[in-house]
Amino acid sequence: MDNRNKGAAIEVDNIRKCFNGFCAVDGLSFSVEHGEVFGLLGPNGAGKSTLIRMLTTLIPPTSGAARVNGFDVARSPNDVRKCIGVIPQAMTSDLELTAEENMLIFAKLYGVPRERRRPAIESLLGAVDLLQWADKPVKNFSGGMRRRLEVARGLVHEPQIFFLDEPTTGLDPASRVGVWEMLMKLKKQRDLTILLTTHYMDEADKLCDRIAIVDHGKLVALDSPLKLKASIPGNNILEVSFSEVPDGWIDKLRGLPGVQSVKSDEHVFRINTDNGPQTTVAVMEVAREHRLEVTSLSVQSTTLDNVFMFYTGHQLRDALQEAPSMDSRFMYERR
Amino acid sequence: MHRILAIIDRDLRKFMRSPTLMFASMLFPLVQLVVLGYAFGGKIRELKVGIVDQDRGMPTVKLREMFEAVGANARTFETSDYTDLQQAMADLRNGRISAVLNIPPNFSRQALAKAVPEIALIEDNTDNFAAGALQGIFADLIATYNARGSVPRLSPTVTVSVVEVYPYVPYIQYLLPGTIVLAIFISAMIGGGIIFIDDKARGLHEGYLVTPITKLELILGFTLSGAAKAFMSGLVLTTMGSIIAGIAHPLEPIRLLKLLLVIVTTALALISMMFMLMVRVSDPLVPRAIFGVLNTLLFFPSGAVYPINGFPLWMKVISTIDPFTYAVHAFKSLLLKNTPLMAISGDLLYLSIFTTIMIFLATKLFRRTL
Repeated sequence: MDNRNKGAAIEVDNIRKCFNGFCAVDGLSFSVEHGEVFGLLGPNGAGKSTLIRMLTTLIPPTSGAARVNGFDVARSPNDVRKCIGVIPQAMTSDLELTAEENMLIFAKLYGVPRERRRPAIESLLGAVDLLQWADKPVKNFSGGMRRRLEVARGLVHEPQIFFLDEPTTGLDPASRVGVWEMLMKLKKQRDLTILLTTHYMDEADKLCDRIAIVDHGKLVALDSPLKLKASIPGNNILEVSFSEVPDGWIDKLRGLPGVQSVKSDEHVFRINTDNGPQTTVAVMEVAREHRLEVTSLSVQSTTLDNVFMFYTGHQLRDALQEAPSMDSRFMYERR
Repeated sequence: MHRILAIIDRDLRKFMRSPTLMFASMLFPLVQLVVLGYAFGGKIRELKVGIVDQDRGMPTVKLREMFEAVGANARTFETSDYTDLQQAMADLRNGRISAVLNIPPNFSRQALAKAVPEIALIEDNTDNFAAGALQGIFADLIATYNARGSVPRLSPTVTVSVVEVYPYVPYIQYLLPGTIVLAIFISAMIGGGIIFIDDKARGLHEGYLVTPITKLELILGFTLSGAAKAFMSGLVLTTMGSIIAGIAHPLEPIRLLKLLLVIVTTALALISMMFMLMVRVSDPLVPRAIFGVLNTLLFFPSGAVYPINGFPLWMKVISTIDPFTYAVHAFKSLLLKNTPLMAISGDLLYLSIFTTIMIFLATKLFRRTL
């Protein structure tokens, strides 16, 4: 039976969450359509987990509203809980129990009828390639296996909407790809709406139909990965550094053929261009004219990292370096 | 040297930033000093003694006046009058009174005949401290009575014969009920305290909170599973402990059924109390830090190692609300006296009400959100 709400799967309306004056989420609004894979992209401390915790009824919003499958998260939290599956950021499986036992306990918690429990568990463990490990204690599992088990556990009651909070954080590259492939397979099989948070650009690019870029609790951009990449000036990014930087050098670079915009970070210049080869030649020419040595140069297609940089003014990796202090403050204030 | 200082620096910084741990580590020895200081060797008072005066003659009046004077002044015991020896004996066996002083019908006649009148002190000897105290005070009283020649021209040599209702109770048997309750408490502390908070800190509860489970279902689930574990611990201690301590016929079916009932009721009371205390705690150090304090505060005032009648008022107040007290009393009644269920109905009622209140409070205090 299709229990879908006729409107959007998730509607978020000017939602805020503040802790002692610090707003982890500061007035976010967006909606997610049924069947969509929606990504929240941002560094640690951007407010992604706080938002997902509000949407999954774990913390109440300070103001604003959110509806999941038509149910208000603050007014009808139990209705929300019945139609969502959630994979929290922390690995929350019981290590002493087997994979099957973990699944069984959550099937009971979600009220799955007795006769449907075993078939559902077998089918899901098969889908995440853990059927042969069903009777093994989770403490013997690798990080990737545990994450796959948690994904299966979150789907044991056949939810329509699936929330994943940084599903591949801490996993090795091979395990990350494994989780992505499994998620895509499950999405197709079960016609799921997925909202996931990540700070991995490639993950958002690979998995998401649409991406919301979040920084300091605010929404800075929202669109499909393709449109986001197309929305910033230029098709290529040149990263170039010189032996020295004369006065007015940035303006000189801005005047080169094909250049859309230039940003500098000390000696490194990031040039958005709609003609990579032409601009590269022009950069070399102008450097020679001014007797400057080009100490490094790279040309790349536009990535989500460039998109993030364009909209937030800093790179995701820079934000990541700032993140721990903000994160620990947030954790402290939650207690 | 720098490396040693680094370790010291790190440890002290962590310690100074854990106020609960600091508080508990300093509070615990103080609590232990005060509680243990008063828990042993206090002067036993207010024991309940039933007097069955089957004589009601003139010579017994003075005797009873002396007993009542002790009740009013030294307060070692309080007297209550019984007309029927059987009723008094029933109350003695059910633990309502600690001793029966029987003045036989021929007391006055024997006194007038200058024979040696004898009164009987029938004691609940399962508590050696209380029984010893009663024997001492009655011996003193009768000596005074005889020396004063309270009633002229009568025999001055009244004697007291002491009758012990139960076989001799060695201290290991006296200690067994408290040890069983302690075993249940340790199980509750590990299950309801340490594991509960560790799971919470590891994020396992976050997994539960996103499911449609209600607060009451969660608390009842945790309580019943904790009680089941504590029950197993209590059962092993009751059976093995009884055999080791030499309790007669501990596995007699009716008695065992009554014991199982007390184990279940005690386990539920202690685990629900633990959840009530821990429901808002998130620091895994807290249950570990307060374990010693709780143990001292609950175990020693319960009458497990020394009669409550010997405690100062503040410890009696603790023992009145302490679920250990009722559990220890129930186990003592069943293991040392094999009393009928009626004799421990008050204990079971208190423990049941206590459990209900604790579950109610834990559910109220439990946060359904992070």
